[in-house]
Amino acid sequence: MHGNSLEVAGAKTSSRLRSVLPAVGLMVLGGVGLLPLTGPASAQSQLLNVSYDPTRELYREINQAFADDWKAKTGETVSIRTSHGGSGAQARTVIDGIDADVVTLGIPSDIDAIVKATKKIPTDWRSKLPNNSLPYTSTVVFLVRKGNPKAIKDWDDLVKPGVQVITPNPKTSAGGRWNFLAAWGYSHTKDGSADKAKEFVTALYKNVPVLDTGARGSTVTFAQRGLGDVLPAWENEAFLVLDEFGRDKFEIVVPTLSILAEPPVALVEGNVDGKGTRKVAEAFLGFLYTDKAQAIFAKHHYRPIKSEAAKPEDLAALPNLKLFTIESLQGNWDDIQKNNFDSGGLFDQISKR
Amino acid sequence: MASASYLRLKQASVLPGFGVTLGYTLLYLGLLVLLPLGALVVKASGIGITGIAATATDPRVAAALETSFSISLLAAGVASLFGLLIAWVLTRYDFPGRKLLDAIVDLPFALPTAVAGIALAALYAPNGWVGSLLEPLGLKVAYTPLGIFVALVFIGLPFTVRTVQPLITEIENELEEASSTLGATRWRTLWSVLLPPLLPGVLTGFALAFARAVGEYGSVIFIAGNLPYVSEIAPLLIVIKLSEYDYTGATVIATIMLAISFSVLLLINLIQAWSRKRFGYV
Amino acid sequence: MSDLSAALALPVSSQQSVVTEKKPIRWLAISIALVFLLLFLVLPLVVVFVEAFRRGLEGFLAAFQEADALAAIRLTMTVAAIAVPLNVVFGLMASWAIAKFEFKGKSLLITLIDLPFSVSPVVSGLIYLLLFGAQGLFGPWLMAHGIKIAFALPGIVLATIFVTFPFVARQLIPLMQEQGTAEEEAALTLGASGWRTFLKVTLPNIKWGLLYGVLLCNARAMGEFGAVSVVSGHIRGLTNTIPLHVEILYNEYNFVAAFAVSSLLAGLALVTLALKSFLEWRHGADLASGTHR
Repeated sequence: MHGNSLEVAGAKTSSRLRSVLPAVGLMVLGGVGLLPLTGPASAQSQLLNVSYDPTRELYREINQAFADDWKAKTGETVSIRTSHGGSGAQARTVIDGIDADVVTLGIPSDIDAIVKATKKIPTDWRSKLPNNSLPYTSTVVFLVRKGNPKAIKDWDDLVKPGVQVITPNPKTSAGGRWNFLAAWGYSHTKDGSADKAKEFVTALYKNVPVLDTGARGSTVTFAQRGLGDVLPAWENEAFLVLDEFGRDKFEIVVPTLSILAEPPVALVEGNVDGKGTRKVAEAFLGFLYTDKAQAIFAKHHYRPIKSEAAKPEDLAALPNLKLFTIESLQGNWDDIQKNNFDSGGLFDQISKR
Repeated sequence: MASASYLRLKQASVLPGFGVTLGYTLLYLGLLVLLPLGALVVKASGIGITGIAATATDPRVAAALETSFSISLLAAGVASLFGLLIAWVLTRYDFPGRKLLDAIVDLPFALPTAVAGIALAALYAPNGWVGSLLEPLGLKVAYTPLGIFVALVFIGLPFTVRTVQPLITEIENELEEASSTLGATRWRTLWSVLLPPLLPGVLTGFALAFARAVGEYGSVIFIAGNLPYVSEIAPLLIVIKLSEYDYTGATVIATIMLAISFSVLLLINLIQAWSRKRFGYV
Repeated sequence: MSDLSAALALPVSSQQSVVTEKKPIRWLAISIALVFLLLFLVLPLVVVFVEAFRRGLEGFLAAFQEADALAAIRLTMTVAAIAVPLNVVFGLMASWAIAKFEFKGKSLLITLIDLPFSVSPVVSGLIYLLLFGAQGLFGPWLMAHGIKIAFALPGIVLATIFVTFPFVARQLIPLMQEQGTAEEEAALTLGASGWRTFLKVTLPNIKWGLLYGVLLCNARAMGEFGAVSVVSGHIRGLTNTIPLHVEILYNEYNFVAAFAVSSLLAGLALVTLALKSFLEWRHGADLASGTHR
């Protein structure tokens, strides 16, 4: 009823409006039209790296090192901006049009998602850079409170009643997905069946009181807010907590078996040509494979692919443990993503009440 | 400016500028509010009624909507109840610091929600000032649905206070005196003479607090556990659906919430129309 | 009203007044209200400042020496500087049309102006993505023409305009309605132009209400989180506003800095409340009765 009255008013106004439209149009232009002009000017050689949650500290150092390197080589100044968040959420902003030059995400399926939705990254992005576009790898270890009050030693301890596990939402976080896949793979390797593995992750996620959207949110919940008994975390994130909060508050527990986590990088080809940043963006990605960058990865507790480039003490700090790849258990990434995390996938099935 | 063409539309007035101002209003409203909201509805309706129904009844979506609704209702109720008491205390009683309290009531309007979120989380976490007191009692607030409740009470508090305050000021003392003279106890007077005219204000405040609470995001995500089926609110699920590239899911939840916002606004208008008829003022 | 309640609170009268409650009940009610406000409003505010100064003044100031923090402050001020004036112009236009003229569909128009109040901030951001995102309605066209709206300043400004849309208009409409049209009509009769009438007659009448609306609009514009979060893209030093920067610091274990930057916004909130209270006290009559409708 209300709707009608406005339509009527609108219809009657329209003839009148026509005469005032030019004036109104000017006013709107005066306001809204100014916006693009006042937008940030795109300086040349400005790179945008859209990355996942725990790499904040890492890329701060890498960016500086690359900028210095680039300046020394070419004399040009390059400034690198970064954006961090849950890996899935970050991929989504690229799909929605953020003009990233490079993406450095937490899990291959997030880059695949950009490929499918936008074609800004070629399907064969894995083969464009060395080592399947993985400049470093990582794994999942456990962070527990000092003294390990719940005596957590391996994945089996995470499904025990009364143990609270803090892990991020696998739907939005790459770390959350690695945790899920690591638990699944552990059980599958041990018990040899997908059904048992499903039971195992079901029991594990029953012990989860909080699902944050990103790995960093989970760490804050566990470390700062004091919730939960164990935080399965990116190895680098677990070490960072020890550094930030002190080794007298937390300790790392290394499980007998964990997953080889593979955070890939890629050039966003659909963006760099328009921005004229292809050369410097490619150089940035190439820089990740240099000795200098590899040493920085190790310093931040990632696992460099060229271990000879890293400081020996940084390498020694990384625990020795058996790692499996999820592809060896579940096939290709399309299926891994679809079967576990897409709508109706394994995670949806086990989180139903 | 004045011409016969719009004399039909509006009553004759010597004031100029009707065409320009209404035109600008409609254009600005249309471009900035109606067009984007329309895009949302169009996008959501693209999947058809059955698609919308399927999304809305998806257990996780339904659980998030239920969480948002039930906790918002509860929080708006508590905020209105205490809001009524606070409005009464601030208007009728005098005590040191009354003016200061009166000013601080509006804090949730002025304090950014993200700041409120981290402050409440810091306060009510197990190691926070209030949380550490509640923990021995077995009461966990942060990272539980109770945390959402606390954040939403914070957000909703000022509404009822501000809608009821002017009504309390307008109550004429003669009414109370008459009631008392006729032998009514003070409680009876409060209940049957003073409360009814305040009711529209309480209801309006409640509806406003509820509408705000259902959509609230910033303050809640820092203090809620964000656990599906337990402490995941509908706005967060929109963000999660977006992160999963599920635009349709996100727009459907958004459209459902939009429909609710609109209904609540209409409800408020009805309450005010009713109260104008019944009490002669809003 | 306040002198009435002051009189009632005087302990001298032995005789129980009929228009207030018994003393113990009064004090009980005051105590409940006090505890409630303390627990829900005062403590959160206090905790922001306590945490901000946990590592002393130096730790506090360190938060503002970072380039990203300064960029966030600059961006927030830029956004407010664009969004608030646009909403002021709209508020003046809308209230003139609505308050000074009678036309059909007026109440629906008011409801529509109110709508952004009750739309979830997340939805407010989402709708602009649906229009201007790469997958959105105008996305491909904008891309082709190299115009950036989503994940850039224009998108953040649009989302901010949306969430602060009703503030000025809602403040001015009841005020202008109450004042009627007689003064303006008189000025016009005396030969003043419409524009001059507005400047010399209408504006002085509504200036305090306008200022009040601008204050609230500005506080919300600078503090908006959810809507901006959806359209910002979180690029450090470029599209992070102060509230988003707070979230980033919070997620980097830099709690002191997170609360330090928060305290800036909390300070803004306090200044807003103080100015608001001052306006209500000094110019209460010029603000009309309905602050929040």
